[in-house]
Amino acid sequence: MADITELSIKAIRDGIVSGDFTAVETAAAFNARVAAAKDLNAFIVKTPDIAVDQAKAVDAAKADGKPLGKMAGVPIGMKDLFCTQGVQTTAASHILEGFIPTYESSVSGNLWASGAVMLGKLNLDQFAMGSSNETSYFGNVISPWRKSGSDAALAPGGSSGGSSTAVAARLCPGATGTDTGGSIRQPAAFTGITGIKPTYGRCSRWGVVAFASSLDQAGPMAHDVRDCAIMLEAMAGFDPKDSTSLNAPVPDWEVALNSDLNGKRVGIPKEYHMDGMDAEISALWDKGRDMLRDAGAEIVDISLPHTKYALPAYYIIAPAEASSNLARYDGVRYGQRDLPDGAGLQEMYAETRAAGFGDEVKRRIMIGTYVLSAGFYDAYYTQAQKVRTLIRRDFDTAFEQCDVILAPTTPTAAFELGEKSDDPLAMYLNDVFAVPASLAGLPAMSVPAGINSDGLPLGLQIIGPAMDEQSVLNAGLAIEERAGFTAKPEEWWT
Amino acid sequence: MGMSVDKETVLKIASLSRIKISDAQADTLLPELNNILGWVEQLGEVDCEGVEPTTAVIANQLRLREDAVVDGLTGGGIREQILANAPAREEGFFGVPKVIE
Repeated sequence: MADITELSIKAIRDGIVSGDFTAVETAAAFNARVAAAKDLNAFIVKTPDIAVDQAKAVDAAKADGKPLGKMAGVPIGMKDLFCTQGVQTTAASHILEGFIPTYESSVSGNLWASGAVMLGKLNLDQFAMGSSNETSYFGNVISPWRKSGSDAALAPGGSSGGSSTAVAARLCPGATGTDTGGSIRQPAAFTGITGIKPTYGRCSRWGVVAFASSLDQAGPMAHDVRDCAIMLEAMAGFDPKDSTSLNAPVPDWEVALNSDLNGKRVGIPKEYHMDGMDAEISALWDKGRDMLRDAGAEIVDISLPHTKYALPAYYIIAPAEASSNLARYDGVRYGQRDLPDGAGLQEMYAETRAAGFGDEVKRRIMIGTYVLSAGFYDAYYTQAQKVRTLIRRDFDTAFEQCDVILAPTTPTAAFELGEKSDDPLAMYLNDVFAVPASLAGLPAMSVPAGINSDGLPLGLQIIGPAMDEQSVLNAGLAIEERAGFTAKPEEWWT
Repeated sequence: MGMSVDKETVLKIASLSRIKISDAQADTLLPELNNILGWVEQLGEVDCEGVEPTTAVIANQLRLREDAVVDGLTGGGIREQILANAPAREEGFFGVPKVIE
């Protein structure tokens, strides 16, 4: 039998359903892969026993002739931003170290109900704030990829860096991610995997540690477009417990996958041609255009005039929402407490938060506090939300001329750990192509489309209109079929 | 838009954020925050005359929950679950330092 850990989500699910192998065999194979990959630091907590127990339940259901779910017996990694009942959930922070939720997030609950099996909780940037997974309290995640001829540790992207590394290193065939301003797409691009952020509201935010509530959206990260479609179907769905959850049926995205783009128009936004753009990224974008034309699409030039203001608007809106959301970490109800001798309540709050939050989290809370403070609220926050309206209108206008938009996912390939960690602004620029779709709540995906001269993967991004994940997945599939991306990182970590 | 912040303002923001910072940390944060604030100031050049600020990114109606007791959600009786992660608990309540002198 082929090595199970090389298989896709679909192949594993179908293999278990047809009886070619069992869910318990599958869980054991992936548990062993995870245990042997300590050097990547992708997991904060490993849950091999839970994986085996959940797998036994899938095998028992099959033996009883019960119907099996979309993710039957598929082992996944769960980003440690999703609350998991009885299993530590930290958001990669010290302040939540030791927090054991007494409830299950809706998205993880949906996945278990569909038969998925949990291998463990995946590392991430602290509170999902970062683009390189260097802000985790539990240490950097190391990308499985290396530049040709170099041993230097590369960033797996962020914030879903544990997820991207785990999938790229085949520690799991799929992992959950969350995307506030590119946190699924950028790490997917850096590690040669596929990831989709659905329309805002498709996946419930209930039980997901909040960063910026008007932007946060969960999605799957996997090896190919089909696996993303399968896993997204399992994650999505209306949830009365999330006030912004969309009350809309979950389409059969997998069944409707179709890479024939005849009659479809693909928009190329001229503002994404940035000065000093990496020549290899630019060439990849041109190739992507040719691939989609080859799939039958018509290529049209479009304009998104407010693109350059998306990133600064994001860095007002996201920290503002974060400063409010993270006010709950006060050392009273859960998490760490720092109480010096004789300290009062206010001092306890300030000490607890000083010891519990990392530098980037503190920076963002303070920026958010400032832009929301009396006298500055209108100049910063209201202005940013008005610019956000203009960015959304740009997309509305563009989608009158095209069905999907093609853009690079990131301005560069993966960089070395430490290369940008001293310069917050340089780090923020990683998400320059990802943030506009986040501000507009639109579905967007990254698909691996090529390898650069250093031997590192590069991704292309497809952005679609609200609720039209199908067009995004279909265009992604057309690229996937033509790019023929089969490169894998050399296995240096075992 | 706002102007650059000074050290006193950094200390005030930290206090409003309930994050204790040392004098040395305030010195480090000062240029970092000013770099970020200087960069976001470019939003001021966008003409937003007559533009409504975004309140909901995808059109959606806020729902009212049915006014009914639901087990496990609004039915109560989960004190142990609520206190399970408390750093300090006393007599079935959250424990905090004395607040009244």
